Amino acid sequence: MKHLLNLSVNGEPVEVAVPLHHTLLEVLREDLRLTGTKHGCELGECGTCTVLVDGEPVLSCLALPIELEGTEITTVEGLTKDGRAHPLQIAFAETGAAQCGYCTPGILLAAKALLGRNPRPTRLEIQEALAGNLCRCTGYIQILQAVERAAAADPADYTKPISV
Amino acid sequence: MAVIRDTMAEFDLFQPASIDDALALKRRYGKTSWALAGGLDSLDWFKDRIKRPEVVIDLSAVESMRGIRETDDADGVEIGAMTTLTEVAEHAGILSRFGLLADAASKVATPQIRNQGTIGGNVTQDTRCWYYRGGWPCYRAGGNICYADTPTAINREHALFESNRCVAVNPSDTAPALVALDAKFVIMGGGGEKVVDAEDYFITPAKDITRMTILEPGELLTSIRIPGTWAGARFYFEKVRDRQAWDFPLVNIASAMKVSGNTIEDIRLVVNAVGPRPLRLTDVERQLKGQSVTEEVGQAAGELALLGARPLQHNAYKIPLMRNLVKRAIRGTGARA
Repeated sequence: MKHLLNLSVNGEPVEVAVPLHHTLLEVLREDLRLTGTKHGCELGECGTCTVLVDGEPVLSCLALPIELEGTEITTVEGLTKDGRAHPLQIAFAETGAAQCGYCTPGILLAAKALLGRNPRPTRLEIQEALAGNLCRCTGYIQILQAVERAAAADPADYTKPISV
Repeated sequence: MAVIRDTMAEFDLFQPASIDDALALKRRYGKTSWALAGGLDSLDWFKDRIKRPEVVIDLSAVESMRGIRETDDADGVEIGAMTTLTEVAEHAGILSRFGLLADAASKVATPQIRNQGTIGGNVTQDTRCWYYRGGWPCYRAGGNICYADTPTAINREHALFESNRCVAVNPSDTAPALVALDAKFVIMGGGGEKVVDAEDYFITPAKDITRMTILEPGELLTSIRIPGTWAGARFYFEKVRDRQAWDFPLVNIASAMKVSGNTIEDIRLVVNAVGPRPLRLTDVERQLKGQSVTEEVGQAAGELALLGARPLQHNAYKIPLMRNLVKRAIRGTGARA
């Protein structure tokens, strides 16, 4: 049976009719067509389905949307502003921090949460904040460098165009 | 066992707003129902179709089960069972008085899982034995064999102590810390409130092979009370795991020690992931009282702690591992003369 939920996703209120046993990941991808959030291990190990709930990273594959009414959900699609890329996205592109890119949405969001509470994190703090996100391509070094690069930039700097 | 994975089978979901309503739902739906806390353990079971409750009682809206309160007991705190591990790990009062618990909570899994996972769920979670989690009809699942204890079984993560037919271990990081702090677990059920020692919350297969805790089907763990007894004591927590993130412990240890001069006045030593429940080393504690904090005393305690250990085919490495953890818990990790 479907149930009407009122969610707030990337700053927009959305009303969506879904079965209550569907996870947030399923609702984001299949009902809201926000396919930037990736489907990975489905048991909490890989972190690629990470989204932000009230600014903090959670696993959308292990969250029930009905529990999230009244919260603000941010997906990777919500990082851009007025068609411009977030400084983290620019830094990832310029540093070569993505190879296959499957882990990138989750890592961008975990990094955004970190920079939100700690604008100048140490390398160790970045590693701890990203400990829940697996990357099987890069070896992580460029990812860590990209977060440092974004931290050094003006976090409000959305002046660069989306295509780098 | 070809089953659909990744998505869950349909269930009816209730969101009670009070403990009484949650208990009424548990009474009404009995064994067909499942109490849901953070969902990290539960949704995994549901996706694999191994546990298929018809009714899920989602406790996330029960406000009285959330948050951390000071108690009348001097220096004590009460933690609602639905409080997240992140809140426990970052709470100022817990950090200053019960750093042991903050340390243990901060070493659970990953930042995301700590944001969603609850303290009640962390202590009540089921074992991770992959035969059992994979849906094999073992003793714990109601069958009559332990697949982890056969000549060809892969049992590197399994038990050294207290196994009885089933050799699975309790994987919690916060449970040994709470036992070491003499915490009390508050259980609500048909008969009202029941308060038990943390140590007695956990059971062995000898008592009930299908459960990890004393919680009966009609009961809920609602909060955890930590008395002031060990506030500010000398604490030690260490978790050894294959990966430094996400992983469950191969062995972990939690200790609380009151030291005067260099003499141990009182101590709690608890090891987990070596048996079906957190193993309190009561004999070792007794031997240590009145002793000095030295390398030799730590070494002797480690030897004593392992008496009675029965390794399986692939987990004998846990014996020196646990022995050294006991030693480190007593004498610390710094260089000593």
